[in-house]
Amino acid sequence: MYDFAYHKPTTVADAVKILAADSDARPISGGQTLLPALKHRLNKPTSVVDLSGIAELRGIKRDGNKIVIGAMTRHADVANSAEVKAAIPMLAMLASGIGDPAVRNRGTIGGSVSNNDPAADYPSAVVALNATVVTSSRRIAADDFFQGMFTTAMEPGELLVAVEFPIPEKAGYAKMRNPASRYVMAGAFVAKTGGQVRVAINGAAACVFRQKDMEAALSANWSPAAVAGVKQAADDMNSDIHGSAEYRAHLVTVMAKRAVAAAG
Amino acid sequence: MPQVTLTVNGKTHTVEVEARTLLVELLREKLRLTGTHVGCDTSQCGACVVQMNGDSVKSCTTLALQAEGATVTTIEGLAKADGTLHPMQEAFREYHALQCGFCTPGMVMSAIDLVEKHPQGLNEAEIREGLEGNLCRCTGYHNIVKAIGAAQEVMHGRSATLAPAHAAE
Repeated sequence: MYDFAYHKPTTVADAVKILAADSDARPISGGQTLLPALKHRLNKPTSVVDLSGIAELRGIKRDGNKIVIGAMTRHADVANSAEVKAAIPMLAMLASGIGDPAVRNRGTIGGSVSNNDPAADYPSAVVALNATVVTSSRRIAADDFFQGMFTTAMEPGELLVAVEFPIPEKAGYAKMRNPASRYVMAGAFVAKTGGQVRVAINGAAACVFRQKDMEAALSANWSPAAVAGVKQAADDMNSDIHGSAEYRAHLVTVMAKRAVAAAG
Repeated sequence: MPQVTLTVNGKTHTVEVEARTLLVELLREKLRLTGTHVGCDTSQCGACVVQMNGDSVKSCTTLALQAEGATVTTIEGLAKADGTLHPMQEAFREYHALQCGFCTPGMVMSAIDLVEKHPQGLNEAEIREGLEGNLCRCTGYHNIVKAIGAAQEVMHGRSATLAPAHAAE
């Protein structure tokens, strides 16, 4: 790892000031993705801005019909949160399946969402639950936030502050994990919120995406059988040593079926 | 050079580090606590697991500076001063839960965190799931799982002494 300067601001405003002044500065939350990337010398930040000293970024609260999760909230905290378990149990379940226990004790929702790894878990929940991403300067709808592999709508110097999840009537998540890396090979998050059905697929393609044929099928008939007949085209699926595009396309339907079954 | 102040196994240290210094490098190279191992160095194998503020973390994927003000426990901090092993260490010995021993410090640290966070008790499947972040290439995990199952009874006070390994057959 190349060396860098280290900053530990205590407010979002101070963090943004440092990030805005230096385009080669990188924020670090739990570091579970950034540190392995730095070890591989995949990027060379001039400075690392540790967000762990910013109290306003941490915590979970229920705000009317929404659950608001601060960016620095760890996966373990979401998994164990009584508030999340009561309102969106499937979101707690998703958090409890990220990485492994030690990773969940460091990794954060803000890090996962802003990194937008195609094989991450949270992006599918953000899209399917039609969450709003709150940054240091604006509010971004889930459909506008994830733009491509490791790419989001956030500008340099913009910091993810919180994610607001509307509480759904039904929600389900299922994934097939690579047994070695524990990253998602294909996952499906299905949700019905205010009568609207959304299906988000993660892990299978370069970026999380909505499966609109499945949304239509579930809108007409909310049941595992309804998505069983909906085939995912293999065209845009990832293909690598872990699985072919055709295999991942097949998994999308299987995971969607399981997700609907889990949602009940 | 930046400084970090942290408490390791009950003793407070202030150490000069580079910003890029990892917690495991601080522990092994500055404090000479070489019981914590580096296996994969990519946060997959768990040989480097220590407890930081009561949570198991991968010390190869934590900056030393991120441990500012933290309370850290390593494998060296488990046994009592008179050499009495922690119940988890004793269970690993009794159940022959290791062969080469390389993964053992991380296994023991992860296992203690797992048991402490599940006072209601863990069944075999839950123990195996809890060990997902710790790889062992010798044992096949079988005796590790048995050891943790036995140790949790002592740690939660449900049993005064460790069940002997032969009785578990």
